[in-house]
Amino acid sequence: MVGAEAIGSAVYDAIVRAATTLRPDALAAMRDAEARERSPRGRAILGQLLENARIAADDAVPLCQDTGSVWVLLEVGEGECVGGDVPDAVNAAVAAAYADAHLRMSIVRDALMDRANTKDNTPAFIDIGFRSGTGVTVTVMLKGGGSDNASAVSMLAPGDGEDGVVRFVTETVARTGASACPPLLVGVGVGATFDKVASLAKRALLRPIGTAHRDPRVAALERRIAAKVDALGIGPGGLGGTVTALGVHVVTAPCHIASLPVAVNVGCSAVRSASVEVA
Amino acid sequence: MSEARRGPGGTGPTEVSLPATREVLATLRAGDEVVLTGPVYTARDATHERLLAGLRSAGELPHGLAGQTLLYAGPTPPAAGRPSGALGPTTAKRMDRATPALLEAGIVATIGKGPRSAEVRRACAEYGSVYFAAVGGAAALLAMHVTAAETVAYPELGTEALVRLQLDRFPAFVAIDARGEDLYLTAALEWRGAAGIDGGDA
Repeated sequence: MVGAEAIGSAVYDAIVRAATTLRPDALAAMRDAEARERSPRGRAILGQLLENARIAADDAVPLCQDTGSVWVLLEVGEGECVGGDVPDAVNAAVAAAYADAHLRMSIVRDALMDRANTKDNTPAFIDIGFRSGTGVTVTVMLKGGGSDNASAVSMLAPGDGEDGVVRFVTETVARTGASACPPLLVGVGVGATFDKVASLAKRALLRPIGTAHRDPRVAALERRIAAKVDALGIGPGGLGGTVTALGVHVVTAPCHIASLPVAVNVGCSAVRSASVEVA
Repeated sequence: MSEARRGPGGTGPTEVSLPATREVLATLRAGDEVVLTGPVYTARDATHERLLAGLRSAGELPHGLAGQTLLYAGPTPPAAGRPSGALGPTTAKRMDRATPALLEAGIVATIGKGPRSAEVRRACAEYGSVYFAAVGGAAALLAMHVTAAETVAYPELGTEALVRLQLDRFPAFVAIDARGEDLYLTAALEWRGAAGIDGGDA
């Protein structure tokens, strides 16, 4: 059995690691971006972001002042039993990690009726899923407000097809990308239902940058969108250049015969996530 | 002291001392790379509501902000022995609704990230103000350019308190100059389509 305390401990460790250390795949993608960026200003900005990652890792300080909302994905093995008050343990871990690691408290009590800061960055936003095997995979993503604000959902018609998806993603990045701290990791969800498609787009951000989608048709769609996004010219920092996307990740799913839901969840240059296995 | 000094041989960033006069700001051009040295005041969403309320009730900017620079940022708590925690720019367009009134009342420069409204461009031209863009996400690096921090007002707002920071060679770019020229309108156009030349199957 996995206890709630063990899950809380994993959440704590993952938050501290994600806040201060750029994901290895994001670091490699940033170095690749610096090599292929043609704008001198864009290269200077990528140089700042790489130096920023080095300072954050060396001094164990946050990569970005927006240390985000906390999204916790618990993937529970089919043979596992989880005991205890998991939401309570997760929120206690969030409060402790944000205080101990000097992270920023960025959550208000109610979006409209009470925008008082909760002062401990709780509550976390928790999703639960299932996987084969035993144990629990605890994944944490710290999502900055600026990049989340650049995200969008649209319910396309099935006839809009791939071209419609490409157009919606490109138009979304064109409209919002310059404020979302590019170069971006563009997460795209296609399918499911209105409420689930945004979650697909968010989960797309977890796949390591530089890995190919296992379905060659989706991999080709990702390359097509990435070329369109880079051609926008938004560039690093939004100040012009040839690299706007570190990557474009698409997740597809079943859906209703009448629907073609599509969502874009924009990840900033400091895309922050970490996973911990709890046995 | 207020001045803007070009880098040696016309290369490298232009050094700008804060608070800057409108005469000095008028010499800057959209696209210039700058380093900023001197005091700035952090202000983001909730802070702006307080500043506007203060301006409405007193008829002038509160806390002696006339002639000063606003930095749109909410830092993390101090750590690693530095006066400021991680500190980077937040999205400027959320402040656009308040900016023309604040520029009219005497704010001479703002620092943030991302494009702004046509109203802000017009206000920059009308009042001779400049909008600087810093690199979003470079907050550990930018914090190295802060030498002192002192809370001036609204401590109850936490990270949104009005804090006076002393900057030392804080790197930024001139995004909107005092003529209303906007780098965000020209930079992406300049590079639009350029990435496709290297390939891609679009």
